[in-house]
Amino acid sequence: MSLENFLIVSAVLFAIGLYGALSKRNAIAVLMSIELMFNAVNLAAVAFSRYTLPAALASRPSAGGDQMVHLLLTGQIFSIFIITIAAAEVALGLAIVIAIYRSRSTVFVTDATQMRR
Amino acid sequence: MPGQGTEASLTVDVVFWVLAVSSIVAAFAVVHMRNLFRAALFLIVSFVAVAGMFVLLRAEFIAAVQVLIYVGAISVLIIFAILMTGEVESGSPAHSLRIPVGILAALFGLTAIFVSVDTEWRILDQFIEAGLLSAGATAQVRDVFSNTIPWIARMLVQDFVLAFEVASVVLLAAIIGALALIRER
Repeated sequence: MSLENFLIVSAVLFAIGLYGALSKRNAIAVLMSIELMFNAVNLAAVAFSRYTLPAALASRPSAGGDQMVHLLLTGQIFSIFIITIAAAEVALGLAIVIAIYRSRSTVFVTDATQMRR
Repeated sequence: MPGQGTEASLTVDVVFWVLAVSSIVAAFAVVHMRNLFRAALFLIVSFVAVAGMFVLLRAEFIAAVQVLIYVGAISVLIIFAILMTGEVESGSPAHSLRIPVGILAALFGLTAIFVSVDTEWRILDQFIEAGLLSAGATAQVRDVFSNTIPWIARMLVQDFVLAFEVASVVLLAAIIGALALIRER
């Protein structure tokens, strides 16, 4: 398999997540779809980190040492931070969903219209 | 091949396709199940399949983090929220804009697939095979991808130490915010 295979899987997962996030009425289903999209982005970041040659390395082929490790693994570091932010986001999102459910007895995003009035 | 790998073998191809198909089918089930609890279970299947793909990409640490945080923590949190809101029966209906949104998502996915297939990526393996990298650099690439975990550790606490510390502040703020939001008054 090659870089393209992973990117295609990532694109399909992202599109499915996008459809779910935009079409669902239940806020928890929307959050699950957003997690699918985060996952797709992580997959693309790690695949790029594994397969592509960084531009800085291509222009200076004799580079070595820590500089090169830095260039090769930045995608994996990015995906660690994406996972961290996704965890914080889902904790806050579910807290908001439960707070809305307590005050309005609904979890449908189409029913949470307090700020419209 | 960077790293002494078996990436070209048939077994790896078979594993990749099994993981790819199962992650996509599970993701499709997540957005199609009306029963939210089953959707959450399929979400776990999708997360595990993507963790397997991280292993194929020589990102063992990311795979472990994925299993610990997504499969272990986020899924449990989502299932708890489903049980606490008690909306399992009424499920997760799609609203009336489902079809235009589906067309939009399909267009986005097709565009992304077209871009990823049509672009000339600078593939690391091809540069190494063409001998465009120095011998030292090639050895270093092999060294990095044979075990990425010590390099990730070094990068996290040296080059990305500011982001690393800010991430812990973000997590603390998220914990306090979540507690403040759901506190009984």
